[in-house]
Amino acid sequence: MLIFEKSRPGRGISALPKCDVDVYTLPEDDMRESDLHLPEMAEVDLSRHYTELAKKAHGVNDGFYPLGSCTMKYNPRVNERTASFEGFTQIHPLQPVDTVQGCLQVLKETEDALAAITGMSNFTLQPAAGAHGEFTGLLLIKAYHLANGDTQRRKIIVPDSAHGTNPASAVMAGMEVINVDSDEMGLVDVEKLREVCDGNDEIAGLMLTNPNTAGLFDPNIKEITDIIHACGGQCYYDGANLNAVMGWARPGDMGFDCVHLNLHKTFSTPHGGGGPGSGPVGCKEHLAKFMPGVYAVEKDGAYDFAKAEASLGEMKCFYGNFLVAVKALTYIKMLGKEGIPEASKNAVLNANYMMKKLSAVYDIAFKPEVCMHEFVMDIGRQAKETGVTAMDIAKGLLDNGIHPPTMYFPLTVHEALMAEPCETESKETLDWAIDVFIALNDLAYSDPEKLHQAPVKTPVTRLDEVGAARHPVLKYEFE
Amino acid sequence: MGTFVPNTKAQQQEMLQEIGYEKLDDLFAHIPDAVKFEGELDLPAGMSEMEVSKDMKKIAAKNKIFSSIFRGAGAYRHYIPAMVQHVTSNETLQTAYTPYQAEISQGVLQSIFEYQTMICDLTGMDVSNASVYDGGTAAGEAIAACRGRKAKKALVSATIQPSVMKVIETYCFGNEMELVVIPEKDGVTDVDALQSLMTDDTCCVLIQHPNYYGSLEPAAQIGEIAHSVKNCRYIMSVNPITLGTMKTPREYGADFAIGEGQPLGMAPAFGGPYLGFMASIDALKRNLPGRIVGQTTDHNGKTGYVLTLQAREQHIRREKASSNICSNQALCALTVGVYLASMGSEGLKEVATQCYSKAHYMAAELSRAGFDIENEEFFHEFVTKSDKDADAIMKALAEKGILGGLPLGDGRILWCCTEMNSKADIDEAVAIIKEVQ
Amino acid sequence: MELKNDALYMKSHEWVVIDGDTATVGISDFAQSELGDLVFVNLPEPGDEVTAGETFADVESVKAVSDIYSPVSGVIAEINEELLDAPELINENANDAWFIKVENVTEQADDLMAPEEYEAFCAEEE
Repeated sequence: MLIFEKSRPGRGISALPKCDVDVYTLPEDDMRESDLHLPEMAEVDLSRHYTELAKKAHGVNDGFYPLGSCTMKYNPRVNERTASFEGFTQIHPLQPVDTVQGCLQVLKETEDALAAITGMSNFTLQPAAGAHGEFTGLLLIKAYHLANGDTQRRKIIVPDSAHGTNPASAVMAGMEVINVDSDEMGLVDVEKLREVCDGNDEIAGLMLTNPNTAGLFDPNIKEITDIIHACGGQCYYDGANLNAVMGWARPGDMGFDCVHLNLHKTFSTPHGGGGPGSGPVGCKEHLAKFMPGVYAVEKDGAYDFAKAEASLGEMKCFYGNFLVAVKALTYIKMLGKEGIPEASKNAVLNANYMMKKLSAVYDIAFKPEVCMHEFVMDIGRQAKETGVTAMDIAKGLLDNGIHPPTMYFPLTVHEALMAEPCETESKETLDWAIDVFIALNDLAYSDPEKLHQAPVKTPVTRLDEVGAARHPVLKYEFE
Repeated sequence: MGTFVPNTKAQQQEMLQEIGYEKLDDLFAHIPDAVKFEGELDLPAGMSEMEVSKDMKKIAAKNKIFSSIFRGAGAYRHYIPAMVQHVTSNETLQTAYTPYQAEISQGVLQSIFEYQTMICDLTGMDVSNASVYDGGTAAGEAIAACRGRKAKKALVSATIQPSVMKVIETYCFGNEMELVVIPEKDGVTDVDALQSLMTDDTCCVLIQHPNYYGSLEPAAQIGEIAHSVKNCRYIMSVNPITLGTMKTPREYGADFAIGEGQPLGMAPAFGGPYLGFMASIDALKRNLPGRIVGQTTDHNGKTGYVLTLQAREQHIRREKASSNICSNQALCALTVGVYLASMGSEGLKEVATQCYSKAHYMAAELSRAGFDIENEEFFHEFVTKSDKDADAIMKALAEKGILGGLPLGDGRILWCCTEMNSKADIDEAVAIIKEVQ
Repeated sequence: MELKNDALYMKSHEWVVIDGDTATVGISDFAQSELGDLVFVNLPEPGDEVTAGETFADVESVKAVSDIYSPVSGVIAEINEELLDAPELINENANDAWFIKVENVTEQADDLMAPEEYEAFCAEEE
């Protein structure tokens, strides 16, 4: 039941004291004409309403969440504790600089740690999410070319396996997308790339994630970034998959000029049902003077704001999703220089273990010898032989309390299930999940109808998305 | 060092053996030597939870918490009922992903549907999205959503919050729309100037109401001028607290209502996370960026909720999408929902009334102390001018744990009052200010 | 597949009925069944110009959006507003669910096919 249906006029919580000054009267012309219909709830009913909603949701703490490219690792509780310190939450963003030394220290330490992990020289914490970071990175590249007088460099190369945000970000940055097909391993086709780039002075740059969305590390990565640089372009690293390589390979050493990270993936801050996240952007020295926003500098233990000399502007108000940075920094401090690579190692181990075990019954897309943090199962064979699709397997997982892998992505594999187990799952959990996956494959062959009907144990069964889109009901209608 | 890896060394070895490897490092052997990172990351050594808690507490203690705040300018301290933190720290709601798997995400989806309903109710609009990053990005996105095939000129009032203007500039640097600033006159948008800037290729007019200085804009008149050009949209950025008592953007004729949602239950938190809300009239719902939740039914006819109108979005439209946004600020949208449900219609009216009543009380007291008040009509922020040194005023207030208004230069100060500022607090601040020479 | 016998077809699966210098345009039955349940149609406005071989509209299913190409060049005289409220009409009868009527037709796309030819073309695509 919606909260509006539970509302009864006359109820409410006792939040505020009486107004202790004379009530002022604003001009009649500017006063609200329509009624408000906000819920009028007793506190007990409020509490129960949201408890009920929480029961109809599934978080990382509820169970295994191998959602590929989303890095649903465990979100340590200590992060939440430090981010709730009043010394962070009660600070106004426009306080004098001598009263926000702690906040600036958080910014500085986080910026420095991310730079060390990625091999970049500078970082900004202003972007609020991964897509926002992509947009920022592309604007950096745009500003760089414009400063060089290269107004014709407007083309961005995006591989066909890329996340949909990549091309959409390019368009927001006023650039034109060139899609380059992958090779049979789902990797960048170096020869095709060369054909597009050689002598092409319209190339602004390349957007790439490495390892890619199939969990494969591109062995030609240096050659790829060299090709882009040779034609005058810049290389942008989408950090969606950084959890695979921390301490093992740095985007900076691969030849990338700028990078965005997702603190809500790699650095263990919670996803919050879709945000708030944080998408810091790092760059090498030649792009640093265009960085947006302000960053923190330290001199003799005192912190101050600084601004890049040819800053491209502000990506959002103030300094980014600050409390998310507090959580990420807490995590980085706990793991430290040994723990960060250790996390990647175990993420890769867990993915390979699961891939190996599942390859007994599922086809693994691109059949890699070894994967990084994730791998893609291709349900094409099952679909052909039994009619059970990737969607059906996913829905079957729901009935077993497992959040399904990412479905139908990358687009280059038609019946894709992309699984990323993360380092924070134990062998016991993996073994149990593997058994569930294998049982669902058996079910596909013995009783496919059961999977078409799944899920049956969830609060609702499959929903009519066509009806929802054809005749949208987007809010509750008050009588 | 701290770790969140549950597998013991023995288990790791066992797993390696099962997949045919000897050492963990072998799994990285295929990374080309040329790009392999050798050596140690330049990070401090890891720490235990106790050490990190202590360290972070020490860092937090370097910040100064003001007991009394008279500064707004885009971030506001309001009373946040205990229920808000209680609900938003629920582990499940906090650690869930975007609700792609609707069957196990009904709680998150319903909370967004309720949020959308509340935003529509507040603003008078027909459709709300599930939120964007903040008030600044909402403005940048709204302008992009108005872009026509030929109409690419956006008119934005000089009286909006400066940091929002900077974000709009950045978005327009990206999408190459033409941004023209409407000048201000006497602290509000210059309507004559606006009239003369309107051309056939104007796709939108954006104002903030109340504006950066707290003043009420001639919002209805601006709407009429905006609509004098075909397909030109009127975007109003509003502080949602004002909607407890003030006219809705719809009632002023707006096509899009946007704004910073932080006042609805979010702590100032050094600037974020906050939330940008965006709502529109029905005819423009497909121009809204970001997630939208819709109501539908399941196989058995039971009511449920899904992400809908998805073909607008980047993951389907790719380079043809008008925005790249894929997350919303779901937990912040939940915060808004719990805040508004806790306050209720009457509570929000009370918050709004106390805000502007206290601001007017403080303005009157400062006026008696010899300060000029620049605003004609204002909500809960106002600008004073005097010969007294603004920095000296700030310093005197800070010594008593009070954060004064924001100095704007030339002896001008932007003040803000909310329900959090008691009469006694205001009297104390004014007394201190009077003492400053 | 239900063929529309008085129409010519494009390789991108639009049909067109040309009558002198006017034309009516829709999408084929084959296209609607491949696209699945359509949830929205994005149509241009009367008075807009269309160019043979260029996109003038798009259709949305829940999981995809597809461009619709014009078989002719000319000026849009009328759009089928019914489709805006009821995109399901296309799934129900694609041959009747026209998108636009074009006047002052000056040019046709050069790859237009007769119905039988189109049927063979679709058979190959499958």
